[in-house]
Formats: sequence, structure tokens, C-alpha cells
Amino acid sequence: MTVKQVNVADAVALAGAGRRVIDVREPSEWAEGHIAGATLLPLAEVPSRIAELVPDRTTPLLLQCQSGARSARAAAALEALGYTDIVNMAGHIGEWRRLGGAWEAPRQLLTDAQARRYSRQVLIPEIGQEGQRRLLDAKVLLIGAGGLGSPAAFYLASSGVGTIGLVDDDVVDESNLQRQILHTADRVGMLKTESARLTLNALNPETRVVEHRERLSAENVERLIAGYEVVVDGTDNFDTRYILNDAAVKLRKPVVHGSIYRWDGQVTTFVPFEGPCYRCMYPMQPPPELAPACSVAGVLGVLPGIVGLLQANEVFKLLLGVGQTLAGRLLMFDAMSTSFDEVRIWRDPACPACGEGAALLTEPAAASA
Amino acid sequence: MSRVKIPPVLRDSVGGSRDVTASGATVAAVLDDLFAQHPSLRDRVTEEGQLSRFINVYVNDRDVRYRDGLDTPVGADDTVILLPAMAGGAG
Repeated sequence: MTVKQVNVADAVALAGAGRRVIDVREPSEWAEGHIAGATLLPLAEVPSRIAELVPDRTTPLLLQCQSGARSARAAAALEALGYTDIVNMAGHIGEWRRLGGAWEAPRQLLTDAQARRYSRQVLIPEIGQEGQRRLLDAKVLLIGAGGLGSPAAFYLASSGVGTIGLVDDDVVDESNLQRQILHTADRVGMLKTESARLTLNALNPETRVVEHRERLSAENVERLIAGYEVVVDGTDNFDTRYILNDAAVKLRKPVVHGSIYRWDGQVTTFVPFEGPCYRCMYPMQPPPELAPACSVAGVLGVLPGIVGLLQANEVFKLLLGVGQTLAGRLLMFDAMSTSFDEVRIWRDPACPACGEGAALLTEPAAASA
Repeated sequence: MSRVKIPPVLRDSVGGSRDVTASGATVAAVLDDLFAQHPSLRDRVTEEGQLSRFINVYVNDRDVRYRDGLDTPVGADDTVILLPAMAGGAG
């Protein structure tokens, strides 16, 4: 029998001397507070996970739970696995706190209301309470509160993205309502940013909606994007796309790009210096006849819905730091055949925005190529 | 015969088709065959015999700018994609 039983006072001293503390309680108990520096390893997971957490079986270990009973069982299991220096805290964890042992109080990441509201995504392992906190603290800027911005903003707000900035100087037009679902028939003539704020705050009163009632330009772009983590590009013209690209490269802001035309859409994510930028992909702006705007060419209502939500999906991954974004890939959606295609896009070493010796990095953003 | 995917803005040059077929062992040869079939496409995709800089051409998922340009080989089972930038968004 190599497991040594100690009382709580001795355990406090051993932990203070550097013995590694393993807490074998359940995550729900752990969340209510735990010994500072302890490692959570619920009893049932001890056999399967101990080798990963403590590879060296001679490591001095102090096992504890709520009362000393579960940790005694864990200690026996570790002994059987060949661990040689095990101490079990045979006493109540409340005693540890009473004696002034190092203690980490629970971090209140979410309010009770937030925990309820976002419970379905907090359950997802890649999100959890910490991921939800990241979303609540996040600031996302949408260029355009129109076809692409509408669905993206809806889901960013519903999912708890804390601050949503909207850049748009247009007013709601009757012809927008077919696809720009942030807006409603009784708001024709209202500023789009204001209409969007009303809709988003009705859905989620907690969302901070910042109205930037202006058109993106070379003069205001850096001021507009500087305070945000991610930019969603839902603009309708090339000048704005190049202006945004150059400023985003300069300020190192990821841009989630979406564009649409009748039955076709394109989505990609530009992460400056990690992947290509817009100018790497399209160094030159096409002539107007090759790139008509929706107002000229028409667009299926559901198309910006699908593309805008693919953009929102990219935003979540960028904010949470999980998964694979579309950086370096252009995703193309064909609504007529309901099919997706993908091509690879590359950083261009000669790119005037992000290539070697890019002049744009030190000069004000140029208007266009 | 290779498959050539036509972007929406160029479809009126090929009778509205989303994809067409053309033969040739390189991108240049495939495009020549394509232009022979659909003459109005030539001026919209090339400038003075070169590919327009505002149209990207892919063989399968690879941009020919990063391969051998117009000399990039094309197999019979390959798909050539013509892809100009798309503007639309907020509208």
C-alpha cells in the first residue's frame, strides 16, 4: 500500500510545497470553486486520461474530492496503474477553505439569463461558457445592412455576438424587402442602420448595435474598422471592396467576403498575411459590363440569405478560433443546380496590398487598382 | 473534351449555358476551341491575345496563374473554370 492518507492541514502544506493536486470531482462541482492550480480529472475518467495528464508515474500527486471518499478510490486506481507517490486528502474540501488553502472562486462567465438564452450553443464542446463569453465580448463590423448583411446580422445577434457595427448610408427601399430581411414594409424610407438596430434589438436586447450612417470610403475606412475584430464584406461595388481590402490588410483585420449575382454566390475569408487578400485573387477591377450590381442584374432572394449565413459561419470560427475557415479557398454556390464548387486561391508575392514590398502598407489606402 | 464552366456574366455569349465542352491539350487550345464555338466570348475574356487580368482561369481547383498560364495542360476529364470577380452584395 503506497497511498498515504493525510488530513487537510497536511494537504495544504503539501500542495504549497509543490505537490500536484488532482481534483477527481465532477465538472459541475469544480465549476463552483476548486483548489488553485488543481487539475480536474473526474473519477470515472481516471483510468483513461491520467497518462495524458500525468505521463510521469513518479510525479508526487495529491488527490482530493469533496470528502476524501472518491479520491481514495482514484488513488487506488492510480496505484494499480503504477503511480508511485500518491497522497490522498482524507477530509472535507470545506476544511481546505477554512484553513486558508489556495482557492480559485468560480468565474462568472455568463449571467443566469445568458446561460439560459445561449444554452444550446454552450452545450457544444467547441463553444462552452468560455466560447460564449468570447462571442459576447466580440465586435463585428458589417459593411452593408442589405442582402448579405441581413442574415449575417440576424444570426450574429441571436447567437450573442456582443457588438455589431453596421456601415450603411442608404434608406430602406421597397425593392430591398425581397431579400433584405432586417427591414420591414413599414420602415420604407427609414435609414437601414436604424431599421436594422430595431430588428436586432427586438431579437436580442443585449446586442449593442452601432450605427455608422456613412458610406465606406478611403477617408473613413480605417477609422471604421479599427475598433472591430472581424469585418463582413457585403458591399455592392468594387471600389468599396478594394478600399476595404487595403485598409484591412494594413490594420490586419480578417474580412469575410461574400458576393452574389442572380443564382450564383461566392464566399471566402481573407486573413491578412496568413492567406491571400482580395487583390491577390483579383488584381484588377473588371469593367462594369462584366460586373453589374444586383440593382441592374437582379438576384434571387434566398441567395444572399445562403451566402450571408456562410459568411456568419466564418465569423463564428474566426471569433472562436476553431475549425477551418475559407482562407485560401473560394467557395462558389450555384442555386440553380444546388451545388458548391471550390477553387484554391493563393497569396500573390507581387500583390500590391500584401505582397513582398507592398507599398500600400505604408501609404494611405488607394481607391482601386 | 473538357468541361468549361461559364460564369453568370458570360453566359449570354454561350447561349445561356452554365457549362460547355471544348477540346484541347492546354488552356490556350481549350480557349481557342471555345472561341471558335462562341466567337463573342473572345473579346470578353482576352486582351490582345492574353487572358484578361480581371478573369481568373482555373483547371479544376488550381489557378493557372500559379501553374503554366495558358500553357497549363488540360486533360479530357478536367474542368476549366472562368471566374471574373463578382460585385453584388448589399444592393
